[in-house]
Amino acid sequence: MRNSTKLIILAGIAIVCILLYGFYDIKGGFDYAFPRRMIRVSAMVVTGIAIAYSTVVFQTITRNRILTPSVMGLDSMYEVVQTLIYFFAGSMSVWVLNKYLNFGAAIFAMVLFALLLYRFLFRADKHPIYLLLLIGMIIGTLLGSLVTFLQVLIDPVEYLSLQNRLFASFTNVKAELLYIAIGILFLAFLYGYRIMGKLDVMSLGRENAINLGINYDRMVMKILVLSSVLIATSTALVGPITFFGLIVANLSYQFLATYKHSTLIFGASLMGIIALVGGQFLVEHIFELRTTLSVIINFIGGIYFIYLLLKESRAAG
Amino acid sequence: MIEIKGLTKQFGKKPVVEDVTVTIEPGTITSFIGPNGAGKSTLLSMVSRLLEADTGEVLLDKNNVKKWKSSEFAKRVSILKQANFINVRLTVRELISFGRYPYSKGRLTAEDEKFVDQALDYMNLTSMQDKFLDELSGGQKQRAFIAMVIAQDTDYILLDEPLNNLDMKHSVQIMKILRKLVDELGKTVVIVLHDINFASVYSDRIVALKDGKLVKNGPTHEIINRDALRDIYDMDIPIQEQNGCRICVYFNSHA
Ligand SMILES: Nc1ncnc2c1ncn2[C@@H]1O[C@H](COP(=O)(O)OP(=O)(O)OP(=O)(O)O)[C@@H](O)[C@H]1O
Ligand SMILES: [Mg+2]
Repeated sequence: MRNSTKLIILAGIAIVCILLYGFYDIKGGFDYAFPRRMIRVSAMVVTGIAIAYSTVVFQTITRNRILTPSVMGLDSMYEVVQTLIYFFAGSMSVWVLNKYLNFGAAIFAMVLFALLLYRFLFRADKHPIYLLLLIGMIIGTLLGSLVTFLQVLIDPVEYLSLQNRLFASFTNVKAELLYIAIGILFLAFLYGYRIMGKLDVMSLGRENAINLGINYDRMVMKILVLSSVLIATSTALVGPITFFGLIVANLSYQFLATYKHSTLIFGASLMGIIALVGGQFLVEHIFELRTTLSVIINFIGGIYFIYLLLKESRAAG
Repeated sequence: MIEIKGLTKQFGKKPVVEDVTVTIEPGTITSFIGPNGAGKSTLLSMVSRLLEADTGEVLLDKNNVKKWKSSEFAKRVSILKQANFINVRLTVRELISFGRYPYSKGRLTAEDEKFVDQALDYMNLTSMQDKFLDELSGGQKQRAFIAMVIAQDTDYILLDEPLNNLDMKHSVQIMKILRKLVDELGKTVVIVLHDINFASVYSDRIVALKDGKLVKNGPTHEIINRDALRDIYDMDIPIQEQNGCRICVYFNSHA
């Protein structure tokens, strides 16, 4: 089967999922339920694309297929920033009340974190993947403990307000951020359109890329920023989903078997939409909300992650 | 013209390339020779911008290579590294097509395809152009990488031990093609070689490095003699004249 056929099929399934989620068994008034469903579906589409896109480009510049921005602790950074803001500035400060400022601060910190990660972990290109993974887990735990520690010290009323901000999920979408998120995604795609060819060349490695005229180190910086902004966007919108990027990126590599990033990212995004919208449909209508989509995704993703690690270790050994 | 001026690179405390000054004459094949660890690859990496020099500079047409726009530089100078590893799955033709990236930016024109076909033909790879790289033998893979650099069609072609893994026939074939690129198309080739006989037979000039320092630099006939080779390799190598070529018989020399 040709890749264009595969992409059309994926797009078809994605559209069916979206329609199903939008129209299936609408109770209690179309005018009430439909817009609400559309907000959720939009959030899931945005998230699916953002995470797929950011994971594929991140894996290209770090030259691995196991570590993702989320696995390295990037989305915990979102919690850290929010907690620090509440801790030092408080819930009535401009840093909380102005959602653009708040979002901007989160993005800034996450970009910084990603740059540091890259500078110290990936640039040298000689650390074994297990070490990186271990470091990622340690960083994640450290950030988690920091958050817990600060949250214990915060005034209980403030704490409730913070919890409310951090507790984003697919059923509790931060709709007020949806427009910003769509805007960011749009810009990311405008930019992406120009760099798809460069990404293909970069997947040949630093030296080949430089030989072929890519300003490699500067491109890496730009892509790290892109990747962090996308993760920040999806985390703010629906909260962290650690293993999601890993699943869709790797399924896309396997299913499409190409080096072309335009195809890989398009495919991964469609799979992302299918997984999220289709999954949420199942959660709402089959499991009747007895579980959440994040739990299911992390369960499946965790198993897939272990499978990939084992496969990698067999290939290496 | 490429001018290397006072180039120095240290890894840790150890200078690996030390104050090297060489000019690469356009329209020639210049061979870089010298023992393992002499700094040949490091020098080539600095010329091709893969590595930054600590001090000194490399000029391409009087302009520091650091000042060149990456995309323009890639149309003038190409490099093939000593070891190549790619972790995406590509066919031979796809790999070679990447050599056209500086011109096509990923959208191959008919002219680009012509260069790819020609490079395939030069390297005897036309019949395996649709094979994946991981299905090739070491030497076939090496030829695919050389073909990519040839498709890049730059004025300066830097090759770090391109004859690695190649059988005699293909080694000779490739050296002849390089000669043709220089003599007929006016290219300039810089090549790192361990087999000094290839250097002796095919190059116009030889540059010898030892412990990071430039020890010899001159036309081939000045370097391929017993005294000069003793300075470079610490070996006493007899030289025989064969059909007008100077052949170094180093196989049973005292090391
Ligand atoms: N990235 C690096 N870090 C530390 N030392 C390095 C690095 N690259 C090269 N070296 C050292 O620099 C010296 C020169 O290496 P280089 O690869 O330039 O030698 P070479 O002349 O190409 O040798 P060969 O003929 O074996 O390819 C060696 O002693 C090597 O150990
Ligand atoms: Mg070398």
